[in-house]
Amino acid sequence: MSENKEKMITVYIMGKAYEVPFGLTIMKAMEYAGYRFIRGSGCRAGFCGACATVYRNKGEYKFQTALACQATAEDGMYLAQLPFVPANRKEYDIAMINPEKNVLSEYYPEINRCVSCNTCTKSCPQELDVMYYIQAAIRGDYGEVSKLSFDCIQCGLCAARCPAEITHYHVAQLARRIYGKYHLQIPEHLLKRIEDIDAGKFDNEIGKLKKMGMKELKEEYTSRTIEKIQRGEVTQ
Amino acid sequence: MKLIGGYTEEMRESIEKVEKTRAERMKKSFEAMSMDEREEVLNKYHPDYKPDKKRSVRVGPNKGDIAPHEVVDLLEAYPLIDEKDIDLKTIDYDVDLLIIGGGGAGTVAALWANENGISAEKMLMVTKLRHGDANSMMAQGGIQAADREEDSPALHYLDVIGGGHFANKPELVEALVKDAPFILKWHEELGVQYDRNPDGSYVERAGGGTSRFRLHSAKDYTGMEIMRVLRDEFRNREIPVLEFSPAIELLKDDEGNVAGAVLFNMETEQYYVVRSKATVLATGGFGRLHIQGFPTTNHYGATADGLVMAYRAGAKLRDLDTVQYHPTGAAYPEQIVGLLITEKVRGMGAQPVNRDGELFVFPMEPRDVEAAALIRECYGRNKGIETPTGMRGIWLDSPMIEEISGEGSIEKDLDAMYRMYKRFGIDMTKDPILVFPTLHYQNGGVEIDVNAQTSVPGLFAGGEVEGGVHGKNRLMGNSLLDFNVFGRRAGISAAKWVKKRGKPKKLSLKHVSLYESELKKAKIKPEKRSPMLLPDYRGEKALARMLDLF
Repeated sequence: MSENKEKMITVYIMGKAYEVPFGLTIMKAMEYAGYRFIRGSGCRAGFCGACATVYRNKGEYKFQTALACQATAEDGMYLAQLPFVPANRKEYDIAMINPEKNVLSEYYPEINRCVSCNTCTKSCPQELDVMYYIQAAIRGDYGEVSKLSFDCIQCGLCAARCPAEITHYHVAQLARRIYGKYHLQIPEHLLKRIEDIDAGKFDNEIGKLKKMGMKELKEEYTSRTIEKIQRGEVTQ
Repeated sequence: MKLIGGYTEEMRESIEKVEKTRAERMKKSFEAMSMDEREEVLNKYHPDYKPDKKRSVRVGPNKGDIAPHEVVDLLEAYPLIDEKDIDLKTIDYDVDLLIIGGGGAGTVAALWANENGISAEKMLMVTKLRHGDANSMMAQGGIQAADREEDSPALHYLDVIGGGHFANKPELVEALVKDAPFILKWHEELGVQYDRNPDGSYVERAGGGTSRFRLHSAKDYTGMEIMRVLRDEFRNREIPVLEFSPAIELLKDDEGNVAGAVLFNMETEQYYVVRSKATVLATGGFGRLHIQGFPTTNHYGATADGLVMAYRAGAKLRDLDTVQYHPTGAAYPEQIVGLLITEKVRGMGAQPVNRDGELFVFPMEPRDVEAAALIRECYGRNKGIETPTGMRGIWLDSPMIEEISGEGSIEKDLDAMYRMYKRFGIDMTKDPILVFPTLHYQNGGVEIDVNAQTSVPGLFAGGEVEGGVHGKNRLMGNSLLDFNVFGRRAGISAAKWVKKRGKPKKLSLKHVSLYESELKKAKIKPEKRSPMLLPDYRGEKALARMLDLF
């Protein structure tokens, strides 16, 4: 990439042209140009959605979207970041929800205005099937919304582009919580273990480890059995 | 330069060797190191074991203790504000509980303080970036909890303390492992979705240095799934939050209790004064200090602000002499260098392999040992793979995962990883990925007791900012657990503290001025100022022509 690195490209940050080296992410290209982020930079690794970016390539009419930390800056990009999305979000008490009803449609009736234009899906930097999960939300299918929306980083680009003013990511968050709370059972082995801990079942054993001298403790550690990777059996 | 499937021709040649040895390697693993072998590789190759990269602190409660230069630089820096420039008589926010930090620990503390009787309007969360822009959101692999019959909290305890080089505070480890199953149940009740087997039990995997399969994940978005549910719940309870307004100094009252903070609105550049009966410090770690020049997995705001503020207020710190380098940060392509490649990739069977396709280390050593072994392979034995920018790395043989667990398992369980590489033209289901250790975690921090109380009254701490839980090296899956366990304990303890206290009297920054005179007495020049707030990544060319005009 060393020869590529010397290649300079022109990007237009909010309309102003800057020369930056090729091979940087949009975020690093903006920093190279002299921008110091307050908004618009969060995890810098594609998980937080702080750097939602709208861009257009020179000579094209199409608006495109990306995460500034996860996309390479290309020659001729016109770049702008979304500092905040003033999206509607309903407050609710998760413990009081009736999971038998379609709460999504009740809290966010605007999902029924979806015209299936697919702009949300096209704007998603995670490439999720946003429109399909809104369809599932209209049907009240919490499991399907969960599955399709699970990788959502809540950047808000879908909501900003939607002609029906749907706030997809808040609808999906509600659906996932309902599915997690009401449709997935808490495993028995977890409840059993909590009961045992509360009853003090492990206190002696841990108490003994806490009091052990360094030499003895080290021995205890090195002689513990280790479960084999990839198989369920416990081996020395 | 010609790239084939994202890699150069030279890299392709090495990949061919990796493919050739794969079938053979699938059949065997590598023996885990003995304690002596661990010691040897750490001493020779782990960045922590280079004495010239650290020095002792000259002032404050930990005077004489060793820490990396980058940390000492901040502890020995001068404050950003002067006592006489701040009007402490005008209080902008008068609350019972102030929570500094909008990541996992702060959010958990707020929820549990609320459960324990502190109403939402009597709380204030302040955060430097947005609520949720934190390392918690980025944790991929999972959370540990000993909940299977084959496992026990005592084994979890043993793993944590051995992984931490037996330097952990035993009572904190006990709290960590005993609270763990309860935390998962709490998450379930809030609606967090963990990966399940068809029979409804949890999918549990191995982590480096763990003796049992104990890692619960939500694909490789575990931190994000937990954090966004916690944040959603926080929002439902209408707890006030001030974003882009970090605390820059703690305040004390006339009895020496922490009694609030001075905030700085980074967008309008004005300060605010917060008075609070109790304060929870949840500011996270120090990855963005780029210790020893390492790239980092951490979020933009991980600049040790909490350490600096607490230290000036008299809080004792511990275990800051060690730093966690995650064995597997991305080493290629250039755009993502340093970003986290979750340990789960190895947990699912991918082996670290050298230039010639050889496996050279047990893939699941504790993180510091694994990292040192990777550095040894690259620089001690010259068996690394060189990237076009001259960086060296080791192959992580990800296609093995598909062979072990079947086609499609990477997309299903390592979606974030798959997606990231795809964005840069690499298909990790077909080709291995290149990795090298990256700066990941602050092992130590502000010392707490089992109630998450620091050594300064009125100040509680949870999450990466506190120290003692992980000793000298944290194991995978214990940071998500830490911020839940000690964030919760901090919230509950702070709520109890609040009930006993009246409004703090006579807010003061005297401790900051005193600290400053200590710096002067130690003849430390006022060249640096802290807290750092944000790193500066502006290009040199732009900085060279910078004017400070208005």
